[in-house]
Amino acid sequence: MRGYVLRRLLALIPTLLLIYTIVFFLMRATPGGPWDETGTRPVFPEVKANLMKKYHLTDPLWKQYVDYLAGALHGDLGPSYRQRGRTVNEIIADFFPISLRLGLAAMAVAIGCGVPLGFLAAVRQDTRVDRGLMFLAVIGISTPSFVVATVLIVVFGVYLRWVPTSGWAGLLSRQALIPVFALALWPLAAVARYARSSMLDVIRADYVRTAKAKGLRELAIVVRHAAKNALIPVVTIAGVYLAFVVTGSFYVESVTGVPGLGRYLVLSISARDYPVIMGTTLLLAIIVMVVNLIVDLSYALLDPRIRYE
Amino acid sequence: MSERISGESRARPQPQIVSPPGRRSSVSRGFWTDAWRRLVRNPLAMASLSFLSFLALLAVVAPVFLPYSHEKQDLLALYASPSAAHWLGTDHLGRDLLSRLLIGARISLTVGLVAECIIISIGTALGLVAGYSGGWVDSLIMRVVDALYAFPDLLLIIIVMSYLKAQLGGSTLGWLAPFAGMNKALGGLLGVFIALGLTSWLTTCRLVRGQVLSLREREYVEAARALGAGSGHVIRAHLLPNTLGPILVAATLGVPNAILLEASLSFIGLGVDPPMPSWGLMISEGVQAVQSYPHVILAPAIAVSLTLLAFNFLGDGLRDALDPLLKRA
Repeated sequence: MRGYVLRRLLALIPTLLLIYTIVFFLMRATPGGPWDETGTRPVFPEVKANLMKKYHLTDPLWKQYVDYLAGALHGDLGPSYRQRGRTVNEIIADFFPISLRLGLAAMAVAIGCGVPLGFLAAVRQDTRVDRGLMFLAVIGISTPSFVVATVLIVVFGVYLRWVPTSGWAGLLSRQALIPVFALALWPLAAVARYARSSMLDVIRADYVRTAKAKGLRELAIVVRHAAKNALIPVVTIAGVYLAFVVTGSFYVESVTGVPGLGRYLVLSISARDYPVIMGTTLLLAIIVMVVNLIVDLSYALLDPRIRYE
Repeated sequence: MSERISGESRARPQPQIVSPPGRRSSVSRGFWTDAWRRLVRNPLAMASLSFLSFLALLAVVAPVFLPYSHEKQDLLALYASPSAAHWLGTDHLGRDLLSRLLIGARISLTVGLVAECIIISIGTALGLVAGYSGGWVDSLIMRVVDALYAFPDLLLIIIVMSYLKAQLGGSTLGWLAPFAGMNKALGGLLGVFIALGLTSWLTTCRLVRGQVLSLREREYVEAARALGAGSGHVIRAHLLPNTLGPILVAATLGVPNAILLEASLSFIGLGVDPPMPSWGLMISEGVQAVQSYPHVILAPAIAVSLTLLAFNFLGDGLRDALDPLLKRA
């Protein structure tokens, strides 16, 4: 087990290096720079040259590649080009907690509602309940998060005026309802589909039939006997979706005006703020990989039959 | 995504595999006819198919009967509400929303089909090579796939797309300059195709490789090899036809994904070039005025959701039809 974890952690290194290399060269190969003239803000050539020099952009490419990597390994993601005097570390510290909270809340909603609904559909297989729930699930999977967010804003913000149309005042405010639900709908629907199909697998197992034969009530069977085994596949994809939700919140954040890292990243890409793009990308990639590792390990906890050598 | 196509336990009896090449067509038509019959019996899938055909038809013939061009601005009728003159109203430049919606359908459907064809071709080719050749080729391809899987895919596409957009359409053209004219003629779609093709082949590649790995060891492949069949023949006559079903399902379910990615890219200004009326772009334009003129955003939002829904229902139906064993009674 320990060897397995170690090997997985070591395997992160080449992957991160590959991602770093791809992003580094793609960004440098993209024409245009952070201090291009934008019409409204003329930049004198001397000023631009000085800025380029200050941020080591005049160094040879391989040196920039090595220098930034060395800094990143020491936890220093460099200065932001767009916000003078701020480092990427500070920016991430400011914006990431909001995205993380939003993502975790959305995932909690998705699992908290998705799993019971999926189980319910499985227990009531091929009834109207099942068909209706699965129909809704496909709708949930098919609707892009920015569409969900805008429709919710139009209905609840503009027409009904129950919630403000944009802004952020912490997770425990009415403003948070729309972004959390908009972000949660897709994983909720997907989790429900998974929970249904894995419950259908389990519900036919012999031990469930035995429990039924003993005369246990259906609810007790589902909750106490079937649920634990049916949850194993759900955990896998819940982990994948958590990574997706934490990293993929650009859209919901942009539409609902939540000042999270996703929205900041999209702005940084158009402003060519290389260190911010790189720092955020590496952070998100590490999150995705670590979550995947945790998911694989949690198998062993949930299912004693699985062992890692 | 992989949830929908669990590859292995496909014990479909297929007598045509060992029969001489001349008889193959008649027997394999039986399988496809069977699948088609099952699909026709699925009301949701058929409703989706009709909806998509209708949408495609509308998108093709739209300019013939629409009274307004999708680019014509009417500065006296900005944000007009739906009326007899403009069925869906107009947007912030006074452009007719119905016209834009239907031209937008062209873009979405084109992206869905063309980009998905590119994705499937790349994924199938690499998956076949990886699965069939094995060894270091296999591990190299799968290493790359694994690394790219760890990359948040939306982020990768956004970075690739901002690179392509600058290379293809910026003021200083890069090495892709020869294609800039074509990209411009397509309204920026070429960049979208390339970005999707480069980033979305992973799932197909894994699926095909898995299929090939399991098929490669089957008796009929061994028999073909024993009879002196070369790699090319084995791939063409045995591996590819037997992988076609799962590929078809993956493709159908990949189409909405491609449409969604294009809309998402256009939504943040990295997709098609304005004034091309991509649904994603229309939604992002509508966000600006959502408080005062919500009708502008609702039409494209509903259109994109319905289209994605239809493709998903069709894909689910197709999977059930092609793989009756997977569908639990």
